[in-house]
Amino acid sequence: MSNGTGQNVLTLRKDAWWVEPLITATVLGAFGIYSTWRALSNEFYFSDPYLSPFYSPLILANWWPFSPALLILWAPLGFRATCYYYRKAYYRSFFLSPPACAVNPLRSNKDYKGESSFPFILQNVHRFFFYAATIILIFLWYDAIIAFNFRDGIGIGLGSIVLTINAILLTLYSLSCHSFRHLVGGNLDVFSGCPTRFRLWGAASAFNERHMLYAWISLVFVALADLYVFLLAKGIITDVRFI
Amino acid sequence: MSEAILRVFRGDANGGEEKEYKVPVEEGMVVLDALHYIQAEYDHDLAVRWNCKAAKCGSCSTEINGKPQLACKSRMDKFPEGQPITVYPIKAFPIMKDLVTDVSWNYEVNKKIPEFTPATDEEFTMYQEDVERIQEFRKCIECFLCQNVCHILRNHERKDAFFGPRFMIKIAERVMHPMEKIDRREFLKDEAGVGYCNITKCCTEVCPEDIHITDNGIIPLKERVADKYFDPLSWVLRKIKGK
Ligand code: SF4
Ligand code: SF4
Ligand code: FES
Ligand code: FES
Repeated sequence: MSNGTGQNVLTLRKDAWWVEPLITATVLGAFGIYSTWRALSNEFYFSDPYLSPFYSPLILANWWPFSPALLILWAPLGFRATCYYYRKAYYRSFFLSPPACAVNPLRSNKDYKGESSFPFILQNVHRFFFYAATIILIFLWYDAIIAFNFRDGIGIGLGSIVLTINAILLTLYSLSCHSFRHLVGGNLDVFSGCPTRFRLWGAASAFNERHMLYAWISLVFVALADLYVFLLAKGIITDVRFI
Repeated sequence: MSEAILRVFRGDANGGEEKEYKVPVEEGMVVLDALHYIQAEYDHDLAVRWNCKAAKCGSCSTEINGKPQLACKSRMDKFPEGQPITVYPIKAFPIMKDLVTDVSWNYEVNKKIPEFTPATDEEFTMYQEDVERIQEFRKCIECFLCQNVCHILRNHERKDAFFGPRFMIKIAERVMHPMEKIDRREFLKDEAGVGYCNITKCCTEVCPEDIHITDNGIIPLKERVADKYFDPLSWVLRKIKGK
């Protein structure tokens, strides 16, 4: 039972608590719309030697009549959708559960079950998306390396740099993942018995402290990387060649 | 010397209202000082629980301008001058009088947590790396601000199903202890209700001891529960290893 002080108002907070969920909802919403459009469009995803990260690895099969992006995007999207950080972000900004601390949630239902029942209990599969996203990440690194291999030989274009930064940022995002931190050492009880895993856990913990930062910059950058390839492929801009 | 306006909740379980007081502000003054001034100069019967005035006993938890915090750690100079400061009791627990609430539910929950159970027949040398992780949780001063802000207890009133963040880290302290011998995962899932937490991190935001309740306590616990209940792969590996 709560305390009967008349704190039945939405909140007694006086600061702009609504700004953060609003920004989060806007950026996540914009990414959602952009990525859906690009994934479904099935065109302008390749501009030699650059392949858009939304379409990598590129699987072109006769039996699949839809966009090849749909065959692989479930992995990184599932990875983000079940990510502990994004869960906080969208539970707050989309589900308003709660929108901010000490602000009433959208529903104060007394049968609340959180992540202990369907559908949110499925968040527990996060580690499997981590495995799947790691496989995709290997391909993205391959694409980043191939992005230096032009028809006229090895070189460096703006796209090569963009795809390399993209791979680095996505790697940082994966290395800072909570499930990764658990798998490399967090699941141990006796660290002194496993010095290597203790060190790995220490490194994963250091990355983990910036997980939110990596989550945002890698999200925005992967969209920018795709946009760059799209603009090149459509002929709206031309690549800048440094070497 | 400037003057602050405090609007303090006065009342009990039957109801109450804000009462306005004018308090002279001195350098270094905290909200608890202002409440003491009110007690001394205006209303001797204003009920406020406090003890150390050093952010160490965890008694003076209140909601100041709607934000759960320690009255003895909230400096008056951080509030905008000339605007009234509201002081309310913490919302998640039944009010006794004015700013004092009955937090005894927490002590009942505490009793439900099985004691630390070490193996008695094994010799064990404790290294720093073995205790470091759990030392963070031992900083807890039991102010119950995290329990108060957690929407599961505060709004959904699921005290029947969820022990709350303070006790999640208490369980984590035992689970991650190198000498602990009992498997608490079933208890965590079915009795303590770790699955109810949707990791929206308000507990971490309000903790005056800066304990990373979610990142270092609840999420690692969720991962351990996932090992046992939501990860067929690790189940197969355990079977193969014969564990
Ligand atoms: S992170 Fe979990 S325990 Fe902490 S306040 Fe949010 S729901 Fe409650
Ligand atoms: S964990 Fe932090 S907020 Fe919660 S009771 Fe302990 S000190 Fe207070
Ligand atoms: S990717 Fe965010 S927690 Fe795993
Ligand atoms: S009086 Fe002890 S924590 Fe505030």
